[in-house]
Amino acid sequence: MSRIVLENCGKINPEDIEEYIGADGYEALGIALEKKTPEDIIKIVKDSKLVGRGGAGFPTGLKWSFARAAKESPKYIICNADEGEPGTFKDRLIMEGDPHKILEGMALCGYAIGANTAYIYIRGEYQLSIQRLTKAIKDAEKLGLLGKNIFDTDFDFNVKIKIGAGSYVCGEETALLNSMEGLRGEPRLKPPFPAESGFLSKPTNVNNVETFANIAPIILNGFEWFKKIGTESTPGTKVYTILGHIKRPGLIEVPMGITLREIIYDYAGGMSSGKFKMAQIGGTAGDIFSSKLLDAPLEYQELQKLGHNLGSGAILIMNDIISIADFLTCCMKFFVHESCGKCSVCRIGTKQMYNAFKRLKKKEAYFDELKTIKELAEKLKLTAFCPMGQSVASPVLSALKYFGEELARGVNPDKKHEPITRENPIIRRQKIC
Amino acid sequence: MLNITVNNTQVEVSEDTTILDAAKKIGIKIPTLCYLDGLQSPGSCRMCIVEVEGIKALQPSCVTKVSEGMKIYTNTKKVRDARKIILELLLSDHPWECNTCDRNQSCELQKLADEYGIKEVRFPPVRERMPLDESTPGIIRDPNKCILCRRCVSVCHEVQGVDTLAPRARGFDTIIAPGQFDTLAEAVCVQCGQCAAVCPVGAISEKDDIDRVWEAIDDPNKFVVVQTAPAIRAALGECFDLEPGTLIKGKMTAALKRLGFDKVFDTNFTADLTIMEEGTELLTRLKKALVDKDKNVALPMFTSCSPGWINYMESFYPELIPNVSTCKSPQQMFGAVAKTYYADKISKKKEDIVVVSIMPCTAKKFECNRDEMNDSGVKDVDYVLTTRELGKFIKQAGIDFVNLPDEEMDAPLGISTGAADIFANTGGVMEAALRTAYEIVTGKELPFKGLRIAPVEGLKGVKEASLKIEGTTKDWRFLEGVTLNVAVAHGLGNAKKLIESIKSGKKSYHFIEIMACPGGCIGGGGQPRMTTDEVRQARINAIYKEDEGRKLRKSHENPAIKQIYEEFLEKPLGGKSHHLLHTTYTNKKEGI
Amino acid sequence: MTTKEIVKKYGNKRENLLQILHDVQNQNPNNYICKEAIYELSKEMDIPVSGIKGTASFYTMFSFTPRGKYIIRVCESPPCHILGAQTIFEAIESKLGIKVGETTDDGLFTLEGTSCLGICGVAPAMMINDEAYGNLNEKKICKILDQIQERERK
Repeated sequence: MSRIVLENCGKINPEDIEEYIGADGYEALGIALEKKTPEDIIKIVKDSKLVGRGGAGFPTGLKWSFARAAKESPKYIICNADEGEPGTFKDRLIMEGDPHKILEGMALCGYAIGANTAYIYIRGEYQLSIQRLTKAIKDAEKLGLLGKNIFDTDFDFNVKIKIGAGSYVCGEETALLNSMEGLRGEPRLKPPFPAESGFLSKPTNVNNVETFANIAPIILNGFEWFKKIGTESTPGTKVYTILGHIKRPGLIEVPMGITLREIIYDYAGGMSSGKFKMAQIGGTAGDIFSSKLLDAPLEYQELQKLGHNLGSGAILIMNDIISIADFLTCCMKFFVHESCGKCSVCRIGTKQMYNAFKRLKKKEAYFDELKTIKELAEKLKLTAFCPMGQSVASPVLSALKYFGEELARGVNPDKKHEPITRENPIIRRQKIC
Repeated sequence: MLNITVNNTQVEVSEDTTILDAAKKIGIKIPTLCYLDGLQSPGSCRMCIVEVEGIKALQPSCVTKVSEGMKIYTNTKKVRDARKIILELLLSDHPWECNTCDRNQSCELQKLADEYGIKEVRFPPVRERMPLDESTPGIIRDPNKCILCRRCVSVCHEVQGVDTLAPRARGFDTIIAPGQFDTLAEAVCVQCGQCAAVCPVGAISEKDDIDRVWEAIDDPNKFVVVQTAPAIRAALGECFDLEPGTLIKGKMTAALKRLGFDKVFDTNFTADLTIMEEGTELLTRLKKALVDKDKNVALPMFTSCSPGWINYMESFYPELIPNVSTCKSPQQMFGAVAKTYYADKISKKKEDIVVVSIMPCTAKKFECNRDEMNDSGVKDVDYVLTTRELGKFIKQAGIDFVNLPDEEMDAPLGISTGAADIFANTGGVMEAALRTAYEIVTGKELPFKGLRIAPVEGLKGVKEASLKIEGTTKDWRFLEGVTLNVAVAHGLGNAKKLIESIKSGKKSYHFIEIMACPGGCIGGGGQPRMTTDEVRQARINAIYKEDEGRKLRKSHENPAIKQIYEEFLEKPLGGKSHHLLHTTYTNKKEGI
Repeated sequence: MTTKEIVKKYGNKRENLLQILHDVQNQNPNNYICKEAIYELSKEMDIPVSGIKGTASFYTMFSFTPRGKYIIRVCESPPCHILGAQTIFEAIESKLGIKVGETTDDGLFTLEGTSCLGICGVAPAMMINDEAYGNLNEKKICKILDQIQERERK
């Protein structure tokens, strides 16, 4: 099985740049700087049909061409390593296992769009990733692979590390920009898009760790090679983290289009306990699949036809001991905690969802609870400020679709809404003089 | 120009127009909660969402710019249903105390709930009670009622540059909180009340003193006098659905008399007095600097009428304390004079006199509680009501305000000039001061058409003017040929810009007027809501109309002022003035 | 390092605020950002006090109340939840006698719930300061905590 992103992981010593170079590392960068124009690079990435691996699935080459076209300078490149989607740790393993591959991909991007400064925004919990990348940057600078006049050309490229401080929504690119600027990690209005006005209001290209890790192999081996892997509409591989009630949890890199059944039984060694009940695809903001979808190909466009999303690459497999109401309560607790709190629908909507699933879990839900939840989820999708707020609807709507009957068992048909009244008197705080 | 359609109606709008403004152009109102005219909207309340053909998600109209051929629908079922659910969510996180809320019937959320026919909220209440913040004399915050629209944050940051209020924590736990603390008193708050003026709900309002004023009026042993700030007469009408800028001085006087105040006086009287004191102070400083070559004399001199500005200066620029005029604000001068000079006149003990102020301002509530403001021997000003409170007060008394006859204020503390009227707006104190100072120095009238100095008027943030002094009288020869440079700033953000330009050495002036609120007192934190620039201009126009309709338009011409100097104060900056009319300031820089 | 020195190390531009806050918190013996530090940052970086507190309080890694020497952060996200995160909380709570958000009387431990730590391959998981622990059960937790207590006693 061909691996692209994880090819070197576990094979080379990630702290030794020589080993990376020995595995053809930094060759793509050398070729690009010596023999190719920035336009060539963008064309290759476009032709490879690589799409962003952060979750949204936007074509990478197209994104780069926007950033290249932006007139203002300086331009910035940001590697989004704020991997916060529960159940996802692929970026961490890439950073820990093959840090130079990310740096090389970033440098290629910098050359392509005309940027000389890059940042890697790593979540604060990833201490080892921070250490490895810090060392990798230093080592590459020493060998002239980063820094001034790379490969004796006039291309300069500097990479710096920024550390997050615990916020899921900062994985959204505009929230990440705010966080990098030392502000609250609240998403920004779009437009303007980062390619036009991003970090410090300058043109900025933001890509995910896994996306960057795909670049050097594509430049080195050509887009034709890349397109042979995966499906026609979405070439390449996908790194999944597979978790839950399975025998072998962990990380796999497989071609696009693999099915859930293959993942569980071919890669994960089958269920560890109980019978397969459901899987959540793409993290806590992902859709919940029932056994009906065991054979659906996991690939961006195919899933879109079914009304689902691939998301971040986390696949959480659950057995029949887990109740859907309990599971969704846990998901919603996460969103209540991680919502940035700026827009009204997400801030209050997630809390109402959380409370509703708590009631369903206790079989104390209102008679019309499921209808209300459905409408609320649909409206969240339509009206929330940012993709995160909109995505809260995904697990809810898919659960209602596949596990509506089970959820309905939590409804108490006799429970009507009480009119809202004043409950407790206002506690008056003692005056502070 | 771009061609778009809104609800199938063609409309031509310029580029950079938002959907909200485009719809407004053809008479379609889109509901908003976080949007504020003239400021960058956070786009966070989601009420103004509309459907745009070709885009799946609904778009916030207050921040979405139109594009050529855009087809917008503001009132489809999809949009209405979404707005309803947003309202239901907001209401589920709101205390439902409408009947006892300060904003009952003037609440934007309540109004929208009514318009959208919200009869039931499908979501049970989610919020646990948080304590009220009653820590300051001027402002009450009720975080339970806050809908996190962040209008207050926008004005506190963008307009005032004070940055007291900011969002804290995140998600459902997000609150708007002061500084790094839980109460305004612990943080630095200048009490300007601009947050209260823009709050769509009852989360921030002035501290209600109506009952305490009733109590004083009802007490037969108290002689209750009321003073009304110049800015009230151009705004109070709005509380009774009159157009912004309707002059209601006569009706207001009649209403106050019917409310049972023993005397209805005017802060304008002490505004004129302020000009005498402050004008003399300025000329004295100039003399010290120019004739005595005294290096210690602090110039430029700043005005001191605006308590929000004083609070700001003490906290952010305490190094300017020597530069700020030592004159008390007209409100406090009034209290000190009423409980001494006037008390003697009517043979009352100062303890038996209650001074109530009607102010456009929340910081005035703070100011009257300052330790320095007891120079009469007792608290100089007892209670301050905002314009909004006065509106309620009049309604409580069942007075049919609109149909009241015009009545005259009482003498002597109700007598004033046009120079005092214009204290209400930005640039006005400067004009009033120059009308008098120039005439003292040259014996001639200020050489501007209609006594109005156009460069210092209007809503531009920082304004400046120069005035060459020529033809001085004998005593003021040292000013002959001097060009007097003055500047005016309104809104503390503009004040900051002005001060920084002086500190950096780019600019230098002799005299500077600062008012804490945008537009000056007519845009004060206690004025009827909502104060937009349009409303500000209407109120300013009204004030100038009042000024120009007067026979006496210069403070030194006020006969009652001449009288008080003759009978009581002797002369500006004299011993008694110094004791009663001047004050001191304190360095209140945070964290020291 | 003093707060002033930390600001000097990274530069007083706003974009360095998060890094500076990390360092300020780390150098505090009680693992938190104190009021005086916020005042000092405000002065050194020319950011309003409310802006510093507002920004810092957005991020869960920062605290404004004193915490223990060891911060136990147990993952509450779905992957750990379905594999029994709740029992992990209960085990720690009964072992240390504190609830989530509390600190032990000896000032050694603070227990916090956290979103996914990215170590779900070994769920249920937790971190104690920068150290990650996985495949947890009651017995394993007792052992880990005992070891730390032992080390601290010496």
